[in-house]
Amino acid sequence: MKVGVVTFPGSLDDRDAARAVRAVGGEAVSLWHGDADLKGVDAVILPGGFSYGDYLRCGAIARFAPVMDALIPAAQGGLPVLGICNGFQVLCESHLLPGALIRNDHRKFNCVDQRLVVENASTAWTSDFEAGQEITVVLKNGEGGFVADERTLDELEVEGRVVFRYAGDNPNGSYRAIAGISNDRGNIVGLMPHPEHCVEEGYGPSTDGLPFFTSVLRQVVSA
Amino acid sequence: MGHVVIDVMLKPEILDPQGQAVNGALPRLGFEQFTDVRQGKRFVLTVDGEVTDEVLAAAREAAEKLLSNPVIEDVVSVRDSAHDEDPGR
Repeated sequence: MKVGVVTFPGSLDDRDAARAVRAVGGEAVSLWHGDADLKGVDAVILPGGFSYGDYLRCGAIARFAPVMDALIPAAQGGLPVLGICNGFQVLCESHLLPGALIRNDHRKFNCVDQRLVVENASTAWTSDFEAGQEITVVLKNGEGGFVADERTLDELEVEGRVVFRYAGDNPNGSYRAIAGISNDRGNIVGLMPHPEHCVEEGYGPSTDGLPFFTSVLRQVVSA
Repeated sequence: MGHVVIDVMLKPEILDPQGQAVNGALPRLGFEQFTDVRQGKRFVLTVDGEVTDEVLAAAREAAEKLLSNPVIEDVVSVRDSAHDEDPGR
């Protein structure tokens, strides 16, 4: 079971993502932004960070990196893809997921232990959760406000594609407190909070990040 | 050498926290008459030679594909800077 982790110029959390994959018994494979080659992996993680310095718009330049030429059709074909924070921004810029992420409404960088509700426990990355389960993972970003037009938001709600919602106070002004969404097939998931930082006791608020990675391992093994 | 000027603005319905920050600072400087600020982006693209219709068409395509995100932004203007009084460079 091989999970690729893409490194863009300015990625920060690629190593933690790879570590999380190994923590649940998967093999982490480094993928390079400049190579249009997925190296035969069974799933891909787009990690957090500030690809290309967040210039132009977060994720806008990374979206046109050579690796994305290979990843976009693979994701459309069903390859499990998880975008975390900057990775979520890249997925939205790629139009693999709808909507966009804009600057937090309070204009401050957030760095908090964030409570989330898992709204959809049937995606490739959330099947080891229970629907309605509350989890706590790290949230750290300056541009985490999820926005989309009303019709798109309604579609996401009706189709069960709101995968995570912020519990308690909305930390960044995201419309309908949306923290993470999926495509209609459920193989592509993006979220602003960071499950890869929450996979080991003593290194974060919880180990609530683990089920993301066990879910995809199980999904690939049974596929 | 020619220059194409492209202006991109957030869609009116999208919150603009940067514009709000600027809006909050204006009254402190005595500018009380402005009720709102929206902040946009200007790109100046340089080409060898004249800004032809083909150059403008390519600039429009670049503006839609890379320079703006149609989910949250509008390309409000793509023009030859030679027609501007102040090309803004």
